[in-house]
Amino acid sequence: MVAVKTIGILGAGKLGITLAQLARKAGYKVYVAGSGDPEKIALSVQVLAPGAHAVRSKDAARISDIVVLAMPLGKYRKIPVDTLEGKLVVDAMNHWWEVDGPRDDLLSSDMSSSEAMQEFLPNSRVVKALNHMGYHDLHDEARPATMPGRKAIAVAGDVQADIDTVSQIINALGFDPLYIGVLSTGRALEPGHPAFGADENKTALLQLVSR
Amino acid sequence: MKKTTTSTPYLFGLDSFGDLATDSHSKLMSHAASIRLVIDEAVLADKLGVDIIALGEHHREEFAISSPEMVLSAIASKTKNIKLASGVTVLSSDDPVRVYERFATLDAVSGGRAQVILGRGSFTESFPLFGYDLRDYEELFEEKVELFSKLLTEKPITWEGTHTQSLDKADIFPKTESGRLATYVGVGGSPNSVVRAAAYDFPLVLAIIGGSPDRFAPYVDLYKRAAEQFDHTPHPVGMHSPGFIADTDEQAIELAFPLFKEAMDKVGESRGWQPMTKQHFMNEVKGGSMYVGSPETVAKKIAKSMKAVGAERFDLVYGFGPMKASDRYRMIELYGKEVIPRVRELLAGE
Repeated sequence: MVAVKTIGILGAGKLGITLAQLARKAGYKVYVAGSGDPEKIALSVQVLAPGAHAVRSKDAARISDIVVLAMPLGKYRKIPVDTLEGKLVVDAMNHWWEVDGPRDDLLSSDMSSSEAMQEFLPNSRVVKALNHMGYHDLHDEARPATMPGRKAIAVAGDVQADIDTVSQIINALGFDPLYIGVLSTGRALEPGHPAFGADENKTALLQLVSR
Repeated sequence: MKKTTTSTPYLFGLDSFGDLATDSHSKLMSHAASIRLVIDEAVLADKLGVDIIALGEHHREEFAISSPEMVLSAIASKTKNIKLASGVTVLSSDDPVRVYERFATLDAVSGGRAQVILGRGSFTESFPLFGYDLRDYEELFEEKVELFSKLLTEKPITWEGTHTQSLDKADIFPKTESGRLATYVGVGGSPNSVVRAAAYDFPLVLAIIGGSPDRFAPYVDLYKRAAEQFDHTPHPVGMHSPGFIADTDEQAIELAFPLFKEAMDKVGESRGWQPMTKQHFMNEVKGGSMYVGSPETVAKKIAKSMKAVGAERFDLVYGFGPMKASDRYRMIELYGKEVIPRVRELLAGE
C-alpha cells in the first residue's frame, strides 16, 4: 500500500473540481490539471477548491503519489502516458455520448472503459473508482465515518495493495469503499448498468452491482 | 457573500422546453397544440406580473419547442411587460449571425423585451441535425461565443473564422433600439464556462437541476472574481431549477412525482442512468433542486436557495413531463399570485 499524501487530478471540470474539493478537505495535497496552460484554470481551482494547485497534466502526474483521471473520456489520448509509468491511476471517467460521441469510435466494445485505460497505460496500475456517483452527490454526501447514513463508492482493480490504497483514499474523502472484484468487473459500474449513478450505502450498492 | 440592500430588483421567471402537455382526457397533446399552450401560459404569466418567460431549444420528441424565438415572437404580440428569453439557445450548433438577427428582430417586435441565453445545452441532437461534429463541442462554442460578443457591438465587424464564416466589415441588421441585445450565458456547473461568461462580460444564469443549491455559491464567487480580473463589473446572477406548485404539498408531490420521473427516466434511458426512485425525488424536493409543494413551501425554498447561492433572478422550470394543461395553468397562477410576492417578502425581510 502507498502512503498517499499527494493526489493529482487530471480534469478541471465538474468532477475534477469536486474531487479536488473533497481531497483538500481530507487534507491531501492536491494538483489539478486541465488541458494545457494551468493559467486557464487557476482562478477556478483557487476559488472552488482552495488550497489545490493548478498545474500542467505532466506535472500533476509527476508530483503526485496517485493520479485520478477525471477528464472527458474522449480526451484520453492527452493523458501523459510516460509520466504515469509505475504510478497508481484511478479511472473515474465514463463514456458520455453527449461529450464523447459514439463509444465505438473511442473504445473497443468488448471491454470496460477502465480496461481500455489500462491498455493505454501499460506501465501504470489502473483501478476503477469514483465513476458511478454523480458529482453533485459526491459533493453533498461526503461525510466522516462516524456519521450515520454514509454512502459507498465501488472499487474494481487487480492488485490488492492498490485496492487498499484507493479504498483508504475513498474513506478519507468521506465514503465507504466497496471492493467489487478485478478491473473487468468494473463494467457493472458503467452507464447502462444498475449501479451507474448509484448514491447508496454499501449494502444497497452491493445489491445493484450484483444485479 | 456581499449582499445588496432590500431594494435589489429581484426577478422571477418561468421556463419551458415546450414539454408535450396532456388534455382534460389525459391524452397527450400534439406538438402544435403544446406550442399554442405555451403562448397562452405566457400571456397569463404576463398578466400576473411574472418578469420573464424563457423557452429552451430542444430537438426531441417530448419537447415541442425547437425554435424558441418564433414562439416568443407570438408571445410578444400578445403581452406587455414580460421579458422574452431563450433558455438556452444552443449557440454551438447555430449560426451566431442568424441568432443575432433573429433575436434583434424579436427585440424590435417586442419593444426591447428580448433576451438571449446562450449555452452549450445538455442535449446534442442539434449537432448532427445541423451538420456539426460533436468532436468540436468545445471549440464550436468558444469560437461562436466570441463572434457573438463582437456582433453585440452592433458595429461592422471583420472576422476570420475556423468553424464560422469569415466576415469583412460586415454590418448586421436590424440594429436594436437600446444599442445592445440583452445576452446571458447559461451554465450547468462547468467552472470554465463560468469564467468564460465573466470574460465576455455576460451575466450568468446557473442551471441547477440536481443536488443542494448552496454548492453553487462558490460558482457565483468565481464569476465575480473572474469578472474583476477581466476589469468588468459583475452582473447579477440568475438561477434556473425545475418545480411544481399545487394547493397543498401532498397534492403537488403526488401529481409531480410520476411526471418528473417520466421526464427524467426518458433522458436517463439514453444516458445510462437508472430510473428515478421516490426516495431520490423526495431528497431533491427536501434538500435538493426540485421546487415542489404548496405556494408557501416553494416560496420558502426559492428564497432560501437564492440567498444561499447569491442569485437575484430565479427561473422556475414548469410543466415538466406530460402534465395536464389545467395543472400547469394552476401552477402558473399560484406562482404569479402567491409564490413570487411571498419570495419578495421573504427576501426583503432579511
